[in-house]
Amino acid sequence: MVSKKIELWVGFFVALGIAALLTLALKVANSGVGGGGETYQLFAKFDNIGGLKVRSPIKVGGVLVGRVSDISLDTEDYTPVITLDIYAQYSQFSEATSVAILTAGLLGEQYLGIQPGFVDESVDTLVPGDFIEDTKSALVLEELIGQFLFSQGSGEE
Amino acid sequence: MQQLRFLGKKTIDLISGLGRAVILLISALIHVPNIRKGTPLLIQQLYSVGVLSLLIIVVSGTFIGMVLALQGYTILVGYGAEASLGPMVALSLLRELGPVVSALLFAGRAGSALTAEIGLMKATEQLSSLEMMAIDPLRRVIAPRFWAGFISLPLLAAIFSMVGILGAHVVGVDWLGVDSGTFWSVMQSQVDFNKDILNGIIKSIVFAFVVMWIAVYKGYDCEPTSEGISRATTSTVVQSSLLVLFLDFILTALMFVK
Repeated sequence: MVSKKIELWVGFFVALGIAALLTLALKVANSGVGGGGETYQLFAKFDNIGGLKVRSPIKVGGVLVGRVSDISLDTEDYTPVITLDIYAQYSQFSEATSVAILTAGLLGEQYLGIQPGFVDESVDTLVPGDFIEDTKSALVLEELIGQFLFSQGSGEE
Repeated sequence: MQQLRFLGKKTIDLISGLGRAVILLISALIHVPNIRKGTPLLIQQLYSVGVLSLLIIVVSGTFIGMVLALQGYTILVGYGAEASLGPMVALSLLRELGPVVSALLFAGRAGSALTAEIGLMKATEQLSSLEMMAIDPLRRVIAPRFWAGFISLPLLAAIFSMVGILGAHVVGVDWLGVDSGTFWSVMQSQVDFNKDILNGIIKSIVFAFVVMWIAVYKGYDCEPTSEGISRATTSTVVQSSLLVLFLDFILTALMFVK
């Protein structure tokens, strides 16, 4: 029969393996078991989303408040529509909130920055499923350079 | 004419070998496991296949993680991107090196031992005596070893990745001076549970299946001579290593190329 010592070692081995898996899931990955929490959805239309991707972070003043969950194209006016998954504890954005596509660093990855608007009697808070009206598109570096060159050229004549 | 006959013989050998391997696999796995009798056998094999491989996995995992951190740092620091050291090490370990290197080590450490053990059992006619006593050797000898490897390798691969990341932490943070908070947080923002960790586990399950199947089959099918056993052991290591690397390419292409 199997000796106690071997059983102990096998138990140790299996426990170590499971512990390693759990550590990988919880400490190394971002969306481990039970991570994320409850979210609700908002929508926003942009003219140009630049390099924004699904799972890009959504930040208010640098604090992560959610992630982009879907990017699609509105088939009526052919503008990009972004679905924002916002964590449920941040549910009090006002209707005057604006959202912009920003870049982390000069060439870093792009994220959604939310500028929370003011709240008073005449302004309601956003409810799940609402569109954020005030949006600023991504800054496309090539277009900027093109505009700059164009303005330089016309100035000299 | 001679060559043509040789080619035909090789082809027939290959196909009948494949057939025997599939029959072995099916007949070893199709039995309903007897919990009361099977568990002690499985634990015994988990010890010799899993626990005894632990040392080589932990040591090589640590050093591979440390080397990755050292090499990665010297390259990344040239771009001022040493903050990306954490995700670089974690992704290469979780996606590729963890499953693949632990499967290769496992084939060398446990696969070869299994082939030699089963081959020697066959050569000394222990398998035939088991059959004489109306004990199915497939059930008694083959199945527990197969399952033990199947359970062990994914666990070993997870331990390998974890230990590798800790080794990279020792080199990157404690020695080279990358900030510890940056190391973990950038890693967490880049590593996805489903995409990276789960796919790595799927890989190592596939590799475990392949390595154990080859090891068990080669042992069971070897020529019952000392030379035959040595040849079977060698071809276990060679074939399972090649197949692991080949399958890794296929799996990577399926999983990570969109």
